[in-house]
Amino acid sequence: MIDWLWTMTDKSQPVDHGKGETRRDFLYVATATFGTLGAAFAAWPLIDVMNPSAEVRALSSTEVDLAPIAEGQRITIKWRGRPVFIDRRTPERIRAAESVDLDALIDPQPDSARTQRPEWLVVVGVCTHLGCIPLGQKATDPWGEYGGWFCPCHGSHYDTSGRIRKGPAPKNLEVPPYEFLDDSTVLIG
Amino acid sequence: MSERTWNNRLIKWVDDRLPVFTILKNELIDYPTPKNLSYWWNFGSLAGVMLVIMTVTGIFLAMHYTPHVDLAFVSVERIMRDVNYGWLLRYIHLNGGSAFFLVVYIHLFRGLYYGSYKSPREVLWWLGLIILILMMATAFMGYVLPWGQMSFWAATVITSLFTAIPFVGETITTWLWGGFTVGNPTLNRFYSLHYLLPFVIFAVVFLHMLALHTSKSNNPLGIDVKGPQDTLPFHPYYTVKDLLGLGVLLAILMGFVFFAPNFFGEPENYIPADPFLTPAHIVPEWYFLPFYAILRAVPDIWFIPAKLAGLMAMAASLLILFALPWLDTSKVRSARFRPIYKQVFWILVVDCIVLGWAGANPPEGIYLIVGRIATAYYFFHFLILMPLLGFMERPHPLPESISEPVVKGAGAVAGGAAAEPMEKAR
Ligand code: HEM
Ligand code: FES
Repeated sequence: MIDWLWTMTDKSQPVDHGKGETRRDFLYVATATFGTLGAAFAAWPLIDVMNPSAEVRALSSTEVDLAPIAEGQRITIKWRGRPVFIDRRTPERIRAAESVDLDALIDPQPDSARTQRPEWLVVVGVCTHLGCIPLGQKATDPWGEYGGWFCPCHGSHYDTSGRIRKGPAPKNLEVPPYEFLDDSTVLIG
Repeated sequence: MSERTWNNRLIKWVDDRLPVFTILKNELIDYPTPKNLSYWWNFGSLAGVMLVIMTVTGIFLAMHYTPHVDLAFVSVERIMRDVNYGWLLRYIHLNGGSAFFLVVYIHLFRGLYYGSYKSPREVLWWLGLIILILMMATAFMGYVLPWGQMSFWAATVITSLFTAIPFVGETITTWLWGGFTVGNPTLNRFYSLHYLLPFVIFAVVFLHMLALHTSKSNNPLGIDVKGPQDTLPFHPYYTVKDLLGLGVLLAILMGFVFFAPNFFGEPENYIPADPFLTPAHIVPEWYFLPFYAILRAVPDIWFIPAKLAGLMAMAASLLILFALPWLDTSKVRSARFRPIYKQVFWILVVDCIVLGWAGANPPEGIYLIVGRIATAYYFFHFLILMPLLGFMERPHPLPESISEPVVKGAGAVAGGAAAEPMEKAR
């Protein structure tokens, strides 16, 4: 397999396919394989050093007190450096979210798969297109055509379940891992 | 030329051991250069000077800049207000980035017009494209450093593009960020790489020069040098010409630095980064606008979602240039002798400007439609027109040599007829 190299480097010698050459070939291949593997192992720390470090990963959960949130109110909290939207949904918003025909969705998901308790919608407030923060947390914001959120960057519309309905975003707003510690406290992360 | 001796004994002593003087003399002074080069050939040396200016101002800025999310913005403001001549260094670095891209884009289109990418200069062309890609990475990361609103959101939108990659997109993006969003680890690594990449560019520029001095300069006629009568020594003829061009460039650059330093900038970037508030309209620097337009022009294609398709189209718009030496089937280099390509070239220039205009505006309504048409045309030019033109177009007769039209006037009647079969045979 390395005859071409041999003939290239030493044109004066006739190419010898005898036993000795085969053994030499084996040594070449074995050395190259070992060298490559070693380099790959040595490269891994350099790659992994760029991944999130322990203290960044450690900031991963946040406790939120839900008691002060009124019905119909939306609040933004910070989790892993990103905004998380919490919406205490009104019955109309819940009904709007539940009554949608799944076939009409870009990323089909029933509302029940996106909430633990219908009253509380918890989603990561980062547009799944290119990471802008959708508008809709303030009463004065545009909420989009489906009464949820509207991303101003490239015009993505999300519904009251945080599902993408129109625009370039490919996926629904992400639901972070969370659990209710009691009726008025939620642990995100 | 090869066996020269130096009169000065010290120079000779050094040169016998390390032939720097011989190399300089051969490559910068005696170096035979086609005698018909026009001012379009100035832009290579201008790009080299810009690289030096960017590096020098950057190194001194780095002495005062702090790469931390809480301090970066204020450290840049400190450079502007408190550091002696800090404003000057920063404004040269800022406007120098724009000047650098302008010069390099003209340099590249010069190559397109005169067929400088064709044999034997393919590798020279590739090295130039690699420099362009490295410059883009450098400028993108540099723009993030002042940590204003545009810095942060440009970084977010552009790095989020990688989430479009199937299966591993999220992992790659988290790895790029060093966190779960653009944040302090991102700023730190961008600073490290922004400092490193210009030196990588220097290395590739060196290879670019090595390739150039192997295949030698093309020229406005696009025909090969036939002998010493077609060339001039680089010094003083082209050193002087390059210096004049440099004077003009520096006058323009310093005009912006002194009188309109924020002409190319975004006011939004003088607001400190706020990860919880996206600006209404995110735009990249002007030199990225055509690519930004291509990115956003592409809709869902069959099973490929728009986000991924846009990313692929943007990458393809650059990568396609690597294949240009083979996509262009014409044997004639210079557009001067290619009546159709000459027009098509200018349509491509206009197309790129239109793309830039579409990229500066939100991707909706007329902007989106124009962006899509211009994107389609860009690919049509390289993938369809360039291969077809080589067969369809009838080139004008080429002059016999570079000196001929210079010496005998532009007539070239008999000579042109004689040159044609020879060039065809190549
Ligand atoms: C290929 C050459 C280079 C290009 C195209 C480039 C481009 C840029 C750009 C576009 C900015 C943003 C300026 C702003 O908006 O304020 C910037 C900032 C910066 N660059 Fe460079 N740069 C280059 C070389 C360097 C080098 C060699 C250094 C040395 C370490 C450097 C250090 C800095 C620093 C410290 C900043 C932040 C301060 C500021 O914003 O003015 N740059 N660069
Ligand atoms: S980032 Fe939200 S639509 Fe593009």
